Amino acid sequence: MSLTSALLRSRAVAALASPHGVDRYLELVNPMWAAREVRARVVDVHRETSGEHPVATITLQPTSTWRGHRAGQYVQVGIEVPGARRTTRCFTISSAASAPGERFTLTVRAHGEGLVSKFLVEQAQPGFLVHLSQAQGEFCLDESPATPTNNHLLFITGGSGITPAMSMVRTLLRDGYDGHAGRKVTFLHYARGPEDQIFADELARIAAADNGVRVVLRHESAGDPLFSAIDLAREVPNFREVDTWVCGPAGLMERVETAYDGSPRLRTERFKPPVVTAGTAEGDVVFARSGEQAPNSGASILEQAEAAGLTPEFGCRMGICFSCTARKSEGTVRNVLTGEESSLPDEEVRICVSAPVGDCVVDL
Amino acid sequence: MTAAPTEALRPAPTPEPGEEPISPNLPLTPTQLEAFGEEMDAIRQRIIASLGEEDAAYIRKVVKAQRAFEVAGRALFYLPPAWPLAVASLSISKIIDNMEIGHNVMHGQYDWMGDPGLNSRMFEWDNVCPSEQWKYSHNYIHHTFTNIVGKDRDIGYGVLRMDPDQKWHPYYLGNPVYAFLLMVFFEWGVALHDLEVENIVAGKRKISENAALHRGIMRKVKRQALKDYVLFPALTGPLFPLTFAGNATANLVRNIWAFNIIFCGHFPAGVASFSMEESEDESRGQWYLRQLLGSANITGSPLFHVMSGNLSHQIEHHLFPDLPARRYPEIADEVREICERYGLQYNTGPLHSQLLSVAKKICRYALPDDVSEVPGVPLLQRLLGRRKPAPVAVVPDAA
Repeated sequence: MSLTSALLRSRAVAALASPHGVDRYLELVNPMWAAREVRARVVDVHRETSGEHPVATITLQPTSTWRGHRAGQYVQVGIEVPGARRTTRCFTISSAASAPGERFTLTVRAHGEGLVSKFLVEQAQPGFLVHLSQAQGEFCLDESPATPTNNHLLFITGGSGITPAMSMVRTLLRDGYDGHAGRKVTFLHYARGPEDQIFADELARIAAADNGVRVVLRHESAGDPLFSAIDLAREVPNFREVDTWVCGPAGLMERVETAYDGSPRLRTERFKPPVVTAGTAEGDVVFARSGEQAPNSGASILEQAEAAGLTPEFGCRMGICFSCTARKSEGTVRNVLTGEESSLPDEEVRICVSAPVGDCVVDL
Repeated sequence: MTAAPTEALRPAPTPEPGEEPISPNLPLTPTQLEAFGEEMDAIRQRIIASLGEEDAAYIRKVVKAQRAFEVAGRALFYLPPAWPLAVASLSISKIIDNMEIGHNVMHGQYDWMGDPGLNSRMFEWDNVCPSEQWKYSHNYIHHTFTNIVGKDRDIGYGVLRMDPDQKWHPYYLGNPVYAFLLMVFFEWGVALHDLEVENIVAGKRKISENAALHRGIMRKVKRQALKDYVLFPALTGPLFPLTFAGNATANLVRNIWAFNIIFCGHFPAGVASFSMEESEDESRGQWYLRQLLGSANITGSPLFHVMSGNLSHQIEHHLFPDLPARRYPEIADEVREICERYGLQYNTGPLHSQLLSVAKKICRYALPDDVSEVPGVPLLQRLLGRRKPAPVAVVPDAA
């Protein structure tokens, strides 16, 4: 296989497949053959919790082009939702660090309006094909059983924010971590209640084993306290001096950041909250690349960019030539020709015929 | 698949008293134009709302067929007796790649799918013209300023005289020869189109403005030439010359086909051209009207439409350049019916008559207008006679 893949990635084969690229041919024979792109097949879907927003763990077998991931990283997942439109979202990888071409898992909560998450949790079956990016992100574990330190590691997570921390703990344990060298791990997780507790059985097993990992679960419905510096200090007295990874809802993140008071030991990872919008000339338009920002005037993105002093590329200014296409990373836009609104993140829009609806971020 | 119009047919509105058509080339009044534009917008919205699985399945099927023809063509070169078949297969592959896939994908017709392989920003076609440059000269210049003399560089491609408003010059006596050469080397003509060589010759453009374009073209040319004229022929070993000739022939076949389909889309008799003045500050309705009257269709079978990239529905393509081309046949019935109601010309005909019409135009505009319009005088005499101004009779002042 390595010879085959080396051949497929060679310049000679690329020259022969020009201008379309090797993958455009390979995918027609078998989508799991790829020279550069990354795709995966769903091999298992395991329900973690049920209820209004059920959570499932999806096991993926990636193509040989997958370069592996470090614990704590995320991946962009693109699926073709009904209607043949590919939609892409980011999900944190929940399994231990993977090697090139190795299987990994995503643990996904189905959000009400989350097209991709709902599909993955409720409808994806083994055999389903997804498109992937390589693993991304710097919210990672630097420690390993071989790291010659006796650092105490602390993970503070809430809700779905448990996934990157779970990947880190799983990596440590799989690679032979034990607490006998005097290194402690504290895993502090906040969930609404036991029925919403992801990985409950595995966490119980980890807690029971003699491995130096302490698992503290706080369930709101059982009357457990919300996060506070005092509560944390009871569990980890010198927490500001401890390498800490925090991931979860915005409220929890804010309280943790306040408690750490700027300590460089704290590492954070945020999930972008969905932007709820209404009205036409409200909110702000942010031009991410140039750093400009202006109140939304209701005009097209192109006109607003020009009013802000930018000179984006354009052509016909009537939506036919696609010269002005730019990436809208957040927010909702309305197509002024069709009235159609769209809120997909990381979407290519023709800025001459797209007007922001509320807050909007465009890569210009 | 034909879709019936969703609402009862509305008659074209009668002009307000005193209202005049925009111009002889644009024979609708502002009131009629507005209604006409709304009808066009309604078609567009209906199609956009219905885009989905079928369109995606269609374009993927076409891509699969094109790749199959390509692979088959390349493989058949190993069997010398199958040479004509190999050339045919590779020619079909190149035609579909350029027309039904490349041209349409680069118009953004399938951007809504979110598939990088079918995205207008990422697609590159099997042609020496870099897609980036083609999208500027074609999607923007040609589709925005369609048939406006002095703006739309597709009128004559900077080489030919195709319109009476292009000033005649003895250079244009070679029109038929230039047209033939443009047909044979069409992909090169398209690639060099953006360099605006004629404007450099005329001193309207500096040669330094071309440096970046030139680099882009050379990069693409190298890749295309390496593949078709070095690597694939070399892979067939002793059959190198045969494969080389076969690849060149496939490129030639594609050039001839593309040239003819494209010239039948804008240059048959009856297609209007426009002046800069009459196209200034135009409304959406007027833009639609100009696209309609500046284009021509070719009738034919479904297979013919696929092989022409549905540019046989040039009228529908110019009205709705970003709608998937497979929808044009379905839209065509409606557009035609609207044209009848508004008394507008809908230029269409079979390939042979459109070709003949284009050929006549190429020859007619080789000659100066006053000369070509005088019947019964031998051509040479007309040309020579033109240089000698008629003596002017001097009438003495009666006073």
